[in-house]
Amino acid sequence: MSNAATTAPAPAPAAPPPVEKIKIKVDGREVEVPKLLPNWQGKLEPTTMLQAVQLAGGEVPHYCYHPKLPVAGNCRMCLVEFGTPMMGPDRKPVLNEDGTPKIAKSVLPYEPQTPRGAIACATPISPGMELYPNSPATKQMREAVLESLLINHPLDCPICDQAGECKLQEYSVEHGQASSRFVEAKVHKPKAVDLGPRIVLDDERCVLCTRCIRFTKDIAGDDALGIVNRGSYNTIAAWKAGAFDNNYTLNTVDLCPVGALTSKDFRFKMRVWFLKETKSVCTSCGTGCNITIGSRESTIHRYEPRDNDAVNGPWMCDSGRLNYKWVAREDRLKEVLVRGAKAGWGTALKEISAKLATAPQGSVAVVASARQTTEELYLLKKLAAKFDALTDSVARNGEADKLLVSADRNPNRTGARLTGVASAELGLNLPRIAAGIANGSIKTLIVFGEDVTKHGLGGDLLAQLDTLIVSDILPNATTAIATYLLPGCAPAEKRGTFVNVKGRLQKLMQAVEPKGDARAEWEFLLELVPHVTGQSGFKSIEGLFNQMAQEVPAFAGLEWAKIGDTGVTVQI
Amino acid sequence: MPEQFKLILKHADSPGYTPDLECYARHGGYEALKKALATTARDLADGKKLSPQEVVREDVKASGLRGRGGAGFSAGLKWSFVDRRSGKPIYLICNADESEPGTFKDRQILHKDPHQLIEGMIISCWANDVKLAYIYIRGEMPHGARLLEKALAEAKAKGFLGKNILGTGYDLEIYVHRGAGAYICGEETGLIESLEGKRAYPRIKPPYFPAVLGLYMCPTIVNNVETLCHVKHIVTMGPAEYAKLGTPNNTGTRIVSLSGDVMKPGYFEVEVGKVTLGQLINDPNFGGGLRPGRSLKAVIPGGSSSKVLKAGEVFKLNRKGADGQMTKVDVPLLDLPYDFDSLQGAGTMSGSGAIIVMDDSRSMVDVLANLSEFYAHESCGQCTPCREGALWLAKGTHRLAHGEGRKQDADYLSHIAQNIQGRTICAFGEAASWPVLSFVKKFKDEFEAQGAADEAARGKAARPNQH
Ligand SMILES: Cc1cc2nc3c(=O)[nH]c(=O)nc-3n(C[C@H](O)[C@H](O)[C@H](O)COP(=O)(O)O)c2cc1C
Ligand code: SF4
Ligand code: SF4
Ligand code: SF4
Ligand code: FES
Repeated sequence: MSNAATTAPAPAPAAPPPVEKIKIKVDGREVEVPKLLPNWQGKLEPTTMLQAVQLAGGEVPHYCYHPKLPVAGNCRMCLVEFGTPMMGPDRKPVLNEDGTPKIAKSVLPYEPQTPRGAIACATPISPGMELYPNSPATKQMREAVLESLLINHPLDCPICDQAGECKLQEYSVEHGQASSRFVEAKVHKPKAVDLGPRIVLDDERCVLCTRCIRFTKDIAGDDALGIVNRGSYNTIAAWKAGAFDNNYTLNTVDLCPVGALTSKDFRFKMRVWFLKETKSVCTSCGTGCNITIGSRESTIHRYEPRDNDAVNGPWMCDSGRLNYKWVAREDRLKEVLVRGAKAGWGTALKEISAKLATAPQGSVAVVASARQTTEELYLLKKLAAKFDALTDSVARNGEADKLLVSADRNPNRTGARLTGVASAELGLNLPRIAAGIANGSIKTLIVFGEDVTKHGLGGDLLAQLDTLIVSDILPNATTAIATYLLPGCAPAEKRGTFVNVKGRLQKLMQAVEPKGDARAEWEFLLELVPHVTGQSGFKSIEGLFNQMAQEVPAFAGLEWAKIGDTGVTVQI
Repeated sequence: MPEQFKLILKHADSPGYTPDLECYARHGGYEALKKALATTARDLADGKKLSPQEVVREDVKASGLRGRGGAGFSAGLKWSFVDRRSGKPIYLICNADESEPGTFKDRQILHKDPHQLIEGMIISCWANDVKLAYIYIRGEMPHGARLLEKALAEAKAKGFLGKNILGTGYDLEIYVHRGAGAYICGEETGLIESLEGKRAYPRIKPPYFPAVLGLYMCPTIVNNVETLCHVKHIVTMGPAEYAKLGTPNNTGTRIVSLSGDVMKPGYFEVEVGKVTLGQLINDPNFGGGLRPGRSLKAVIPGGSSSKVLKAGEVFKLNRKGADGQMTKVDVPLLDLPYDFDSLQGAGTMSGSGAIIVMDDSRSMVDVLANLSEFYAHESCGQCTPCREGALWLAKGTHRLAHGEGRKQDADYLSHIAQNIQGRTICAFGEAASWPVLSFVKKFKDEFEAQGAADEAARGKAARPNQH
């Protein structure tokens, strides 16, 4: 098994070795392409026709081929007519009168007047080869494959969940014939098959490309899926009803080129063309898979993985993907509360500033969360520095798997460490903070995004504080007794950066608006911290990040505007 | 009068012959193995030296032996493609899946003379540095599997197999693997997948050529039962003597399975190319002619996948004249020598050596519907054109054969078949489409008449109460 996430991007070598190139022709145009290109595992292998056409700026329609899955070559959609330089008996190329090499078009050995296509997804190119991805013969082969795929297909696009994202629909419009000659009875197969807890399969829509099987077996390492029956009756099935239940099943929904596999969570909820797409990062573990958030108005409808070879490749885990529902929870904290009474942000922040302005050194402690953005952690650290306050965060550990999920369930432990909020081992300072409260030296506790009552700072202890300043998103035992409660934002509601366990710094973009009076933590911290520290602040996330980059050594030289959609790797 | 030439079946069919080692040994069994193992290195004119194994491989090449499984590919050439530098083990698999409709020749060997196959295999394995070999036997031949198991145990007990064979230090194990019942398991890469315990989905080539990336991604030789038996005789006779059997480029003997509308269906071992199709059908030594009052309509010459030939057809074949010049000569169907090249020249193939004869009582539409149903049933379903096309053909031919035809069905069926051949993962695509293409082309009148008759009948039926 291999996946991009385990191969950190190698630093660019000073002088890359020269890439050996091959000259070929694509639709009559000469192009030079590398002789070798990465295969699905990233291993260099002879360049395929499909890769070559893509490099030449063209496209070969395909169903079963996927750049990150082993090649199957079963759909035959990518058949392409081609020719190779003709060789004489002396093993020298035969030339045309004008001196150009004579090309022998590939034909059926037993029917030399009929062109023979090769599957572009699996056929390597060779020097002098000519590819005809748009020739009449290629188009005829493509049309015939499409016709075959459609004869037993239900053709009920209007009620299909894949409509708008369906390769069968798309290719039929581009490459298909207007009418079918098929006059026989269609094959009927199972509908609405419960493959597993999160996936439903419509076998009649399936084009048997085996992407789902290959992903499950070769990437997720699970043998749950296979094919039963034979020939045209072939049917995708789980080995036991409902047994398709690994933590990566939903990737097959993304991979399925048609509407055969659907997510129980998403199916029939929303037509895809209504969704706004926002680039973000999953924050359910330290891997930081890149995602696209699909939302409409202020509701998130789905997370989908977004390609990033330095982190997650094209995949993400099911638990991370489905971990968005809490954002819409009814009991979200939506109001600013001062001693239990609703208040405005202005009032609350002013009171807090005034309180902190007079707080003596050592009388304040900060428990931040490694689920906050790096910018927020940086601001909290700045605040803490003013009082020489103890700071820490809370560890969140689970079990790692072989593919993506990290044992570290905090999305930004690295950020917490790099900003100085916590040491490599989270939570070491918590007993010291508890002791400080108990002995009365710590009078003010600032808590962001953690229920500290579960981490050694119980309600009795917290009751001894003068002031408990809390920001969180959902209610808990700590928020219940806060002197000041500041409602914060879910990651999908704000901008900022996270640094994953391998040091990939990545941006979140805002998909939906915060609930009620809730505000992004960095935003209100940007009002609060300068008040308290007396330093001038920035009003934008860009300015904030750039300032942080100047102060945190690991981020030296970085600028917000220069962090691309897939992030940058920092020295950790 | 042409006669059988029994090389492979020489003893097997003699009265009292039994499939055990004792009987085999009495008939000279395992002498070829001893001879092969005693082969000495050979110095070539150009100063190169061939190892004993290379000598046997060269002899097989020189014998002109062509595969008896279907494609008629040179066995020696196939062996020469084996990747011997990979450092990986080399495997040999005997393809005993025999399932091509009309073919019943491998089972004669398996059931009557398993030791002959085993001896041929041991020699072939030794010559190719194979330490582990398999016999993939069709699931429906349990008796053959039991006989093979017993024969392997006997050979092992006598030191012909296992560790340190005949004191030479050479080790070889052969295992029998029973298929689970699918035609596609006979396709060599489907067979390999099946042997690995997977669904018999044929592999794409490139990159999975068995000679390089075969069983367990190691170099692998797949040969038919009959092919491997011939290796023994090449060793016994020497390649030059062997090549005198048959005709140039079509050497040796082969076992022909004759079925259909002949008086005496059965299997016959003949020198390749020394007997004509007509003789095989009509001669008293072979098929004994058609049933009384019947005339020949069509011949499927090389297993159900080969293109049908029509009675009365005349083919233009290349013939080497006495002066060595190639000329085209007219050869009528029944005068076609039964060999690889002549049948290829006639636009079909000798395939698995199975001849199916049809007389004038047969409806070509019915025959094709029957064949197409077989291919729809046996398509593994991996690749789109064959998966969908094979069933489409079966449904179309079935409709035509059951009174629901249309005039355009002849072209309809040809078009569907055209879209399968040459576009699939394995040669099953050809196997499924060639019968259709050839039947419809050569018997187009019959197909169109059937469609027209059905249309007329429907028109009549529809007229009284049209809505
Ligand atoms: C659909 C299909 C079925 C086949 N079935 C058989 C079979 O049953 N027995 C066999 O020997 N070869 C069969 N073959 C041919 C094998 O793929 C392979 O070419 C053969 O075993 C090689 O042996 P040979 O070179 O000794 O002929 C089949 C091929 C195809 C395409
Ligand atoms: S369910 Fe989808 S991904 Fe799986 S084989 Fe069918 S079409 Fe391909
Ligand atoms: S592996 Fe981690 S970051 Fe990736 S989707 Fe799963 S929980 Fe989210
Ligand atoms: S041609 Fe037919 S039998 Fe061969 S792989 Fe394709 S579907 Fe299977
Ligand atoms: S993309 Fe399916 S065969 Fe190439």
